[in-house]
This record gives sequence, structure tokens and C-alpha cells, in this order.
Amino acid sequence: MTDKTALAMSRRRLIQTVGAALGGAGAYQVMTRLGFASESPYRGPIRLDGDPKGASVVILGAGLAGMTAAIELERAGYRVSVLEYNDRPGGRNWTIRGGDVFTELGGATQTCAFEPGLYFNPGPWRIPYHHYAILDYCRRFGVALEPFVQLNHNAYLHSSSAFGGKPQRIRDVRADFIGGVAELLAKATRKGALDEEVSTEDREVLLEALRSLGALDKDFRYRIGEDSAAYRGYAKGPGGGLGAEPVDGEPIGLNDILTSRLWRGLENFDYYDFQTTMMQPVGGMGRIGEAFARQIPDRIRYRAKVVAIRQDETGVSVAFEDLASGGTAQESRADWCVCALPLSILSQVPINVSSPMKAAIDAVPYATVVKFGLQFSRRFWEEDEHIFGGISYTDLPIHEISYPSGDLNTGGKGVLLGGYTWDGPNSYEFTAMSPAERVRRAVEFGAQIHPQYPKEFENGVAVAWRRVPFTLGCAGDWSDEARKAHYNDLCQIDGRIVLAGEHASYIPAWQEGAILSALDAVQRLHKRVVAS
Amino acid sequence: MKRVPRFVAAFVAATAIGQSVLADDAPVKSAPMSRGRQFDEHGGADLFANVCAACHQPDAKGAVGAAAYPPLAGDKKLASADFMLDVLFRGLRGMPPLGSMMSDEQVADVANYVRTHFGNSYPGAISAAQASAARRRTPTP
Repeated sequence: MTDKTALAMSRRRLIQTVGAALGGAGAYQVMTRLGFASESPYRGPIRLDGDPKGASVVILGAGLAGMTAAIELERAGYRVSVLEYNDRPGGRNWTIRGGDVFTELGGATQTCAFEPGLYFNPGPWRIPYHHYAILDYCRRFGVALEPFVQLNHNAYLHSSSAFGGKPQRIRDVRADFIGGVAELLAKATRKGALDEEVSTEDREVLLEALRSLGALDKDFRYRIGEDSAAYRGYAKGPGGGLGAEPVDGEPIGLNDILTSRLWRGLENFDYYDFQTTMMQPVGGMGRIGEAFARQIPDRIRYRAKVVAIRQDETGVSVAFEDLASGGTAQESRADWCVCALPLSILSQVPINVSSPMKAAIDAVPYATVVKFGLQFSRRFWEEDEHIFGGISYTDLPIHEISYPSGDLNTGGKGVLLGGYTWDGPNSYEFTAMSPAERVRRAVEFGAQIHPQYPKEFENGVAVAWRRVPFTLGCAGDWSDEARKAHYNDLCQIDGRIVLAGEHASYIPAWQEGAILSALDAVQRLHKRVVAS
Repeated sequence: MKRVPRFVAAFVAATAIGQSVLADDAPVKSAPMSRGRQFDEHGGADLFANVCAACHQPDAKGAVGAAAYPPLAGDKKLASADFMLDVLFRGLRGMPPLGSMMSDEQVADVANYVRTHFGNSYPGAISAAQASAARRRTPTP
């Protein structure tokens, strides 16, 4: 055992000991002091101590926020009921599989024709390692996860107007950009241009670092040779036997990378939200919503469209239409209400809350997002191009193509994420098309990156979130100014009503935001109930 | 730092790169799509069909789900040019401020188109100058 391992072991044992003595919160505090667990406010499973004395809560929306609230409140002794517009749990946590039928606003219906086992996540599709809450629930509810490949060095960066429209490997662009910049910086350093900023001692270290991380050669040049090849790979890779010697490749000139704008794609691999390790549920993101729903059997009433929320001194009445019986008017009443409806919906539902909270509900535009799932007769990206998972980014209207992270190297058919637009003109333009036209265009655009597309394409689905009947949009699109003016008002407990959802978090559009928002809401609500 | 999800950060800000080769090379005739952060469509009909129709539907009759997109056809509120321009520049509840992705001319064109089609016939054409004034009176979001 090395010293490092021994230290790690003793730290872990200390945490376990303290954790056993103090409970989860104690363990968390120790972990924080030792330098772990500082990225997320999640402190492990919440504890709602104190007797709610049979209080009832009606929860609106069976997405992850609503179901989190329902699970935790029921566990604490509340009588809970959940009203959900859809005929399934999960909300935006949603996986489309072969045979699934989806009708969008406007009436267009798509029937997914994917092979058994293949799927497409129209909503959330990846989980960062620092989203501790959703990871904890997945562990507790038995949702199997697998790695989600965000950065694949062998995927592409593509510009329709650079390099003759030929996609470039991320590996090459990344190594050559860093190498080119390192060479420039080394040149400036050696000329003394940075002498005012860098001490003599640091100068030598800086040059050493630039050579190491920038793949510079002994003359501090970034050029064809074994140094650059060690990062960017080879024109002809090393083999076995005769003629096996590798051939180095010619780096792309820094000027070409700069003018191509391909460097813009690299940020997708460095943002905190996208850093490794990312994860996904085996078999589709919808597995999480299904697992949550299993925790509260018979508590969710499906096909219930909320049409009015009215609170008084003793409770909250929620008027809803029972869509299963042609829209019959119904009412649900409880002592308290956790409303996890998206603001795009809630802003249209009559509700008697304070005017600042109502102003907050009305203040958040929703993102316009379109995603495409395309099935191909073979996994040509793996077989022909050796791309196993990951994402190619492009300046075409589809913006990106993501290769499946599961079932790698198994042959057979596969489903790509054939495009993902987030706001901007293309999102509206795709939404305004029929689903069939969206798919046709996604195949047409994708063929510029993968010429195999036209021959291998079999069928596809396209989900335009603005036309999704249960959300009328993708996620809360807060501006900094709106957040400053309204966020705190949105998160208050207003009489007997509290809101939850990704829109009530600083992690908008992520499932983690929905869960953390719900946990915070039910803890504050519970405190009020126990005190009353 | 603006706390927005960075999902599609890659090339969406690109405007410096050249025009698409698509229109010439595409085997099937496809309507062009915008190349940057601003809508490239021109004329009220084209803008309506590619932007407004996404939610309000091609017949401007709106759609109903868990909540609704109101019909623009027969909407009496559109008689007020100021109301319409303010909605386009400020957004309304879940609706984003789409005017921020259009020029003053485009905003005037699409507003006039909606005000004179789908059974609407409101007098008083909106000018680009009016749109410009509405843009200037829009508070920072």
C-alpha cells in the first residue's frame, strides 16, 4: 500500500466513523472540511423530522421535481396526491422507443419505428458527476448508469465553409490549436516579451510547460514530428511486422484553425457542466422517471389537466379536467400544495398568490429546443469512422450529432441524436416544419458530415419542445436581470403554495435543478407545517 | 457570469463565416435556414411561416395542450400596434422576445402581415420607425 492510498483509506474511515455518529449531515461537514463534496449543496438524503399530523399535500406535475416532493413528503408522514397531465410519469424525463406514439400541438402524430432496444432521449440525456442529488436517487432507486461520452477526440468539428466543408477530427483541432498557441507563447517568452510578467525562474518552467502540454519539439516549434504526433495521432498509425513504422501527420496551421472558427466547438468539452465523467441511465433517461414513480404507487393521477389553483385559510383547491373521461371537471383539495408545473403552463393557470410571485411566474420565457433521433441500418460511425460515442459539433442548423454511448462495437443498427438546437432562429424554423420535414432536413444536413447518411438512414423522430403539449417549451430561460428581479419571489412559500422545478433553481434545464428545488421546497414547507 | 445552460454553445454565435453551400448542393429543394443569431427570412409571409407558426400554427388559430398558444386569428388585442410591438420585443409569459432576433423592418413586416391576414384587418400599417421606437422603449430583459 502506498502512502497516498493509506492516507485516502484513513480519511475515508474517519468520515465513516463520524458519519455513523452524527448522521448524514455530520458526515457531510467532515467531508467538506477535508476538501470533498464542495461542488454541490446536496447533503445526502433529507430528513423531515417532526410529525405532520396527517397533513395532506397535493402535488402538481409528476416530473422529477413533483415526484421528489411526493416521495419525501410521503416518507415523512404526509398524505400525498399527484396530478399529472400526461399518461406517464417523468415529464421532460422521457425516452422514446419503438412503437411509442407522440402527438404534438397542431396535431401531427409520430409513431417511432426504432428497432427493439434502440431509443432516443428528447429531453435530458446526460448527468454530470457533480449532480450529486440525482446520482444519489439513481443509486437508491436502483437505476443502472453507464458512462456518457461527451468528449470523443475522434469525433468531428465541422464548418460548412472551412476546409472545403470537410469535417476535422476534434483530436487534430485541439492538439493543433493548443500547439500553435504554445509555440507563439514560447516565442514571445524567449524573445523576452514577457519579462515584465514572468520572473526568470518561472520563465524556464513556463517554457518547459509549454513544450510538454503544447507538444513542442526541442526548438519550441509545433510541427510535424514525433512530438506533435504523440498528441494528434498519425497519418498512418503504428502497426505490427514489416512496414509497421508510423507516419506522422502534418498539423493544421494555427491561422487555418483561427479563421475556420472550429475552435468554438472546443468549449463544449471544458465547461464544468460537461466535464468527465458524465453518465446516462442504461436503456434511456426515462428509466429514472419510471423508478421514481415506483416509489409512490397509486399516488399519481394521470391525464389530469390543472385549470385553476385556489388557496384559502384552510387549504388549497385544485380544479382539473379528467382527460380520460373527456375533460370532466374535478377538484382535489389538500392542506398544502407543491406546484411543479412548468412556468410556461402555470403562467396561464388562474392562481391566487401574491402579486410579486405572480409577476415572477409570468417573467420567464421558455427555451425553444428541437431534438432529432435518427435510426440507421448500421453503426457506420463506429465501423467506418471509429467514432465510439461522443459529439460532433457543426455550424449547420442541426448544431451537433451525438453518437450513442451504449452498446459500443456491437454492430447492427443504431440511433443517433441527429441534431439539437437550443434557442436561436433554427429552433423556430425546425419547429415550424412538419415532423417529417424536420427529419428529412436533419438527414440532409447530417449527410454533409457523414456521407453514409442517405444510404443508411431508416427512420426518425423529431421533438420540437415548443409543440410538446405538456410544456409548451423546453425549460426556463432566465435572463440575469429577470432572475435578479424575480427569482426570490418565485421561491417563497406563498400561504399554502410553494413552487418547485428546474425553473426554481440555479441549475436551469437540468434534472438536478428540479430535484434540488423540490428538496428545498419540501424542507421549508415541512418546517412551516410542524411549527403550525 | 450569466447562468444559462451551455448546451449548444458551439457555433451558434458564428456570423463571420461565409454563406452556406447548401442551397446549391441540396438534392431536394429545401427552404434556406438562418445562418446566425438573427432571422434571415424577409417579408411578413415568410417570417410568419417560419417563426410565428411554430407555436401559433400555420393557420394562426393557436393550439391547446396543458396550456395554450392563443390564436392570432381574430385577436382583437392586435388592433393596438403598441401592444403587438411590445409583445414582440418583451415577450409574454413563456413567449420569448422574438423581436430581438429581427430587424425593425422584419418586425414591422411580420406584425403587418398578421394584422392583415387570418381574418384580421386592422388599419394603420406599422412602420420600421415605429418598431425601432418600440425596441428602444423595451427595458433590458
